[in-house]
Amino acid sequence: MDKAELQEKVCSILAEQLAIPVEKVTPEARFSEDLDADSLDLVEAVLALEEEFGVSIPEEEMEGVKTVGQAVDLVATKLGADA
Amino acid sequence: MLLADRKLLITGVLTPQSIAFASAQVAQEQGAEIVLTGFGRAMSITEKTARRLPDPPDVLEMDANDPAQIAAVADELGRRWGRLDGFLHAIAFAPTDALGGNFLATPIESALTAFQTSAYSLKAVAAAMLPLMRERGGAIVSLDFDATKAWPLYDWMGVAKAALEAVNRYLARDLGRYGIRANCVSAGPLRTMAAKGIPGYDDLASVWGRRAPLGWDITDPEPVGRAVAFLLSDWARGITGEIVHVDGGFHAMGTDLAPPGGGEPAR
Repeated sequence: MDKAELQEKVCSILAEQLAIPVEKVTPEARFSEDLDADSLDLVEAVLALEEEFGVSIPEEEMEGVKTVGQAVDLVATKLGADA
Repeated sequence: MLLADRKLLITGVLTPQSIAFASAQVAQEQGAEIVLTGFGRAMSITEKTARRLPDPPDVLEMDANDPAQIAAVADELGRRWGRLDGFLHAIAFAPTDALGGNFLATPIESALTAFQTSAYSLKAVAAAMLPLMRERGGAIVSLDFDATKAWPLYDWMGVAKAALEAVNRYLARDLGRYGIRANCVSAGPLRTMAAKGIPGYDDLASVWGRRAPLGWDITDPEPVGRAVAFLLSDWARGITGEIVHVDGGFHAMGTDLAPPGGGEPAR
């Protein structure tokens, strides 16, 4: 899977989990400010990403993640590291 | 196996970091059949987390402040199993103005919410499950945080835990005649979703390792899960009304430990 495909997939999962239109889920979008996601939303989104990609994302690593793009990068790193 | 053929209800599973998740995992590994409960918005998170367990269990909706929902869970368990051998109460909530250093300003409504959700609910669930447990006896375990002391930030949640410890003793008194035991597990701090709701929690967690003789890993709820499984099992059949500390020994120390080498026995 290349980065563009990965990004598309992550965005569609986030859109589904946060119940928002996928167009709003851009790499620049910030979870709390732009997407109105709270801590429970993010926990659920992380569980969904872990399930979809078969990776493990520890909470500490999620703490610095503020935007969709950062979440995509984190999943990409995990997939690279796990491969 | 410790819990072979046991039918257990496990509340309070939110994420795989939850103490209740570790308890559910150990219970299944020890042969128990379990059902989880979830609540409101968090139901879908509990359902996702349930799929990570060795044998993914069903998740029933139960707001511990809603007698009708508790009764519905009891009905479902009765249909399913015809009995219940025990449950884990891992339920607590305090409004933000009841936690985090606002003790003197907390209004009564917020203090009462903390009491109702975190302490009274233990009685509410126990009373609703009694018809399923009274024939064969059983075990009730609840998650506690040492309420004999005042803690930074914990505030009205600490008061609610003191109430929980008292509720536990009265349940032990009133349910002993049915062979039902009630015990609290007083855990050290763990990095769970519940803990994240407490501002400054990491500061409290960091002092734990300096005082607990066994050390303490705030990311590992498994030691607590094991104690819960033990208390739910017949190996604890003589124990009720008790508070078991699973905290690395923190509660027994009067002060922080001497630095390494300073506490060696004299020769």
